[in-house]
Amino acid sequence: MEWFDTWGLSLIVFLPLVGALLLMLLPREQEESHKWVSLITTAIVLVLSVVAAANFDFGAAKSFQYEVNESWISAIGANYHVGIDGISLPLLVLSGFVTLLSVIYSWNHWEEPRNPRAFLALMLVLLTGMNGTFVALDLVLFFIFFELVLLPMYFMIGIWGDKSERELPVFGKTVSVRLYAAIKFFLFTLFGSAFMLLGFLALYFNSADSVAGRTFDIPALIARAPELTMLPVAGWIFAGLFLGFAVKVPMFPFHTWLPDAHTAAPTVGSVLLAAILLKLGSYGFIRIALPILPEQAKQWAPIIAILAVIGIIYGALACLAQSDMKRLIAFSSVGHMGFVMLGIATLTDVGINAAIIGMVAHGVITGLLFFLAGSMSHRYHTRDMARLGGNQSLMPMLGGILAFTAMASLGLPGLAGFWGEFMSLLGSYNPLEGLSIGLFRTAMVIGAVGTVLTAGYLLWMLQKVNLGEPKAEWDGHEFHDVDKFEMAAWVPLIVTIIAIGVYPKIVFGATTDAVQALVQTAFGG
Amino acid sequence: MTLVPVLVLAALLFSLGVYGLLARRNAVLVLLAIELMLNAVNINLIAFEAMIRDSLATGQVFAIFVITVAAAEVGIGLAIVLLIFRNRATANVDEFNLMKW
Amino acid sequence: MTNFLLAAAEEEVHEIVAGTGGFFGEYAWIMLVLPWIAVLGIIFFGKRMKYLGAEIAIAMLAFNTIWSTILFVLNITKGVVYEGAVVIAEIGSDLVFELGWVVDGLSIMMYFVVSFVGLVIFIYAVGYMEGDVRVTWFFAAFTIFAGSMLVLVGAPNLVQLIIGWEGVGLASYLLIGHYWEKKENSSAGMKAFYTNKVADVGLIIGAIMVGATLGTFRFSELSRAAVEHADDLALVAGMIGALLFFGAMGKSAQFPFHIWLPDAMAGPTPVSALMHAATMVTAGVYLMARTFPLYQNLAEDIRPWMVAIGAITLFAMGLLALVANDIKKVLAYSTVSQLGYMMTAVAAGGYTAGVFHLFTHAFFKALLFLGAGSVIHAVHSNNMSDMGGLRKVMPRTYWTFLIGSLALAGILPFAGFWSKDEILVTLGHEGYTAVMWIAIAGAFVTAFYMTRAVTLTFWGTYKGHGHPHESKPIMTVPLITLAVPAAIIGLLNIPGVEFGNTGNFTTWLGMREVVMGDHHASAPDWGMAAIGLGAAVLGILAGLALYARDRATQQERDEFEIPVLYPLLRRKYYMDDAALGLVWLIKAPFANAINWINDYIIDGMVNTVGFVTSGLAHLVYGGLDQRGIDLGFNAMAYGSGGSGERLRRLQTGQLQQYASVFVGAAVMFVIGFVLFR
Repeated sequence: MEWFDTWGLSLIVFLPLVGALLLMLLPREQEESHKWVSLITTAIVLVLSVVAAANFDFGAAKSFQYEVNESWISAIGANYHVGIDGISLPLLVLSGFVTLLSVIYSWNHWEEPRNPRAFLALMLVLLTGMNGTFVALDLVLFFIFFELVLLPMYFMIGIWGDKSERELPVFGKTVSVRLYAAIKFFLFTLFGSAFMLLGFLALYFNSADSVAGRTFDIPALIARAPELTMLPVAGWIFAGLFLGFAVKVPMFPFHTWLPDAHTAAPTVGSVLLAAILLKLGSYGFIRIALPILPEQAKQWAPIIAILAVIGIIYGALACLAQSDMKRLIAFSSVGHMGFVMLGIATLTDVGINAAIIGMVAHGVITGLLFFLAGSMSHRYHTRDMARLGGNQSLMPMLGGILAFTAMASLGLPGLAGFWGEFMSLLGSYNPLEGLSIGLFRTAMVIGAVGTVLTAGYLLWMLQKVNLGEPKAEWDGHEFHDVDKFEMAAWVPLIVTIIAIGVYPKIVFGATTDAVQALVQTAFGG
Repeated sequence: MTLVPVLVLAALLFSLGVYGLLARRNAVLVLLAIELMLNAVNINLIAFEAMIRDSLATGQVFAIFVITVAAAEVGIGLAIVLLIFRNRATANVDEFNLMKW
Repeated sequence: MTNFLLAAAEEEVHEIVAGTGGFFGEYAWIMLVLPWIAVLGIIFFGKRMKYLGAEIAIAMLAFNTIWSTILFVLNITKGVVYEGAVVIAEIGSDLVFELGWVVDGLSIMMYFVVSFVGLVIFIYAVGYMEGDVRVTWFFAAFTIFAGSMLVLVGAPNLVQLIIGWEGVGLASYLLIGHYWEKKENSSAGMKAFYTNKVADVGLIIGAIMVGATLGTFRFSELSRAAVEHADDLALVAGMIGALLFFGAMGKSAQFPFHIWLPDAMAGPTPVSALMHAATMVTAGVYLMARTFPLYQNLAEDIRPWMVAIGAITLFAMGLLALVANDIKKVLAYSTVSQLGYMMTAVAAGGYTAGVFHLFTHAFFKALLFLGAGSVIHAVHSNNMSDMGGLRKVMPRTYWTFLIGSLALAGILPFAGFWSKDEILVTLGHEGYTAVMWIAIAGAFVTAFYMTRAVTLTFWGTYKGHGHPHESKPIMTVPLITLAVPAAIIGLLNIPGVEFGNTGNFTTWLGMREVVMGDHHASAPDWGMAAIGLGAAVLGILAGLALYARDRATQQERDEFEIPVLYPLLRRKYYMDDAALGLVWLIKAPFANAINWINDYIIDGMVNTVGFVTSGLAHLVYGGLDQRGIDLGFNAMAYGSGGSGERLRRLQTGQLQQYASVFVGAAVMFVIGFVLFR
């Protein structure tokens, strides 16, 4: 396995790109072979990620493994530097996992205008971008992968998205839902990442005293954190990074692209968007913003915490006002990512651990919820909850899985969602020394109230969609319950939700040491 | 030799060129006007060179550069005009609106 | 998931208490894991089995009953106490999450109650649910409940307790809403889940505070720190105590969180029997008992408040049982009232008294619910106005129901007498004299409403439709099985009476690491027993006086202001008049007032909160989000689009126009250069 240590991560990142090229070479008509090529590619990528996890030295989870550091653009000191530690490992496996399931689900679920070749190719490019972001240890590399994910998602939403039109409030303009959402998504993220890039450049120019020593290398920048964080411009740099990551997370008030993008995106697009793309932002906070600029992180932590709890309450309230099932699930992401950000804002090992398991749990749970919402609108041709109802008796299996997932999403203990919520509240009870205890404990209480509201909207959704008698308009309709492709895509997610819920060490086994080391170096606590 | 009369000549020539550029409607004449302006610049270059007597003869070298570029520019310009004339049967710049948004 | 546990169990089990567990203690985790295997078995194979999966659940519960009985014997004879745990996560800051199991007096008692009462009720449910929709699903959810409850009572730490706690909440939600085609049923399920979720905020924050203060979530460490009066814990103990109690109030339906329990009767009767009477609702009392040293040693300030809430619950909710027509609602309010007794006792310092009442109540209340279920099954109605005269056609149900009622009313040899008496003694001993008298009044009310229920259901003439007949043996045998403990189990804890050298219930319950300092009488307090018994007998007599005579309609029987008052006045002058007046006084203004408060104020508040939240939600989404924040971003987009629209008009495509701008700019530069050089 010598070769794996050096080539493993590069394979995980670039194999999907090779698969995408291969798809482009195949004639457009051969849909079966397109499916198989992408299935095999994603399967290999997942297997490689699992192999990477299996060979991972958990005793040394805090140091980067499978590291490759080759000179790339020597003129600006950018290197091809990749590697994973305990923080990125779970997310890397998660992205391969969810993408594989998305391919399986896609097998016979195609949104108009079909064209599986292009859709699958975009999915593979997306996988490259996501995996690349999680393994990149160089700011330029990170930025490239971070931006790479925009493109496929833009096209997925813009081409395969919701075909209807809607009227914008106040402006009164009628817009095509999918185009509006796609452009909004793209511009929002680009807006944030422009500031993030400025931050990266500022870090670069201050990364060494002499021009020759300047670098984009993340570990090198972390090593230099004590000097960097004392810079007069450090506050501005952090602000830039904050904007870039906060838009991606998304944190209140930068969240408005999210419901539109989720509602408009095709099912698989929503799944990947919720499961992986949102994590790029919070991952960026943990990987880049906190360790490189610890002092600024301390100054910004109260702001992040306040925005996070606003997000929790706000997301839950907005959910209660929805009539569109998919939009409700989309807004639930705002709340859940609020818990993740609250965990990060505590700047403690417990809180950051909470954020990571929250990210993984939100990935599998909300991913599954979007799968379900997609399958339901596929069958009913509507997402309007007022017209749904009695789903449990029309399709018992689908209804059962929906109920299970909603329970997981509201943070039922024993399922994956609980740990993230509980631990981020636990973390905010005792935030990092020097942070305002009063503020964080208030945040804890508000967050706990948020869990109640979360339960409220999910139960309400279940009652509207699943329970009661079916509406008269569905009389005489034949509904076929969960088919085998859906089963194959969902069962692994269900098993993961239970497994993480019962034995969260699956995640914490990798992360705890790494997080502790991170907090230790950055904040000495 | 005094510099002023030469500079006045060049300025007059340049102004003629500007007038032609802005006022003529025929594309060929516009191109000629541009040539006038370029040549006015050339005169200036040579005149200053003659006064300063730079050891590298920068002024003359630049003048030759300008002449070369002008030749190429006129070549491309006339080709464009010719093509437009063929397509639209006019060489009147007012009627060229291809660059409009 | 079992594999994880098994694999981890081999290396990482660490003993917290010295290993006197023996085989049965060390492997007691099987009781906690088995139900989940049963759930999977029922879901995957249940539909193909003869009893649709019930047999798997019954086998599991029978196994657990036997195991817990063995544990009980070992516990009282050899002092087997054990606590084991598997680390499921290290989360930093030296905190760990563990799953584990406790074997001590308290948990063994709970294992036994859950398994044994569960077993009996599951067998009953096979008969009761026959021909129902979704029988397999019913048993799967019911088994989820049994599993969660065992996880809860076996929990060595707060985190696992929360897991079980919400697990039983989930099962409750699923089973209350079992007939979810009707909106009111699914709403009742939601109400139960949601009320509990609100209270759980207290439990979760309390758990967080324990973990953050002590660096562990274990009950044993919490108890030890409390007994040692650890300084860091002492600072926040009152807060923690209040928060945990807040959580317990939700699960144990204490005032004002009781509102979910009567609605929860929408579920099938076996569910009401096991979950909403015998076990689940006692989880809050169990939590208080588990963390008793905290309240005993550090959180003393809040105990009077807890006693007050318990007292309000036990009296006010008992009164509500007087006006209910639905037989299950009578029992539901009675359950709330009895939970109030337990809570009052534990809060006042009567660890044993409260838990003993929990123990006896589990048997006789389960029995009463099953009896009610048998009746409902026969007459196809929940309303007592459709019953009456069933004594002759359903003799087995009648006699067992009667035993249960006598036990609940607290009549001498039956179970409820002993446990209620112990509570009264404890209240007196701890100095809560006023509360003690409330509790005695509560005993009167209890006896009164049970008499009313028995009379209206079984005596007189039948007022419903059809021909009711006795239930099948699969339903009556469980009734008889439960009637035996309901009659005699109180004898386990007669003060001063010991069973050989093993002591009695009090000693058995004290088999745990941190010894309790609560009060135990060494001999029966006959004076208190007489008062309690007197109140109960008075209640029965009052009930009989009012309801024994058969009348045609519920209206006539219940609203006795004129039609009932009149003949009674004619017959007996002052005695009945006084009794009746007293009852009327209590019933009409108080009970109705409380009913009104319940419906309008508390429920109203809940509904108001609901509507306000909903309105707020629309305001936030429609107003703030769509017209506020999103508007800002859209305005930015349209602003830049619009300005681009205007700016592009500059681009005319006119060559000479461009050139003139260019020349003009050059001239400006030259002028500028000349002027400002």
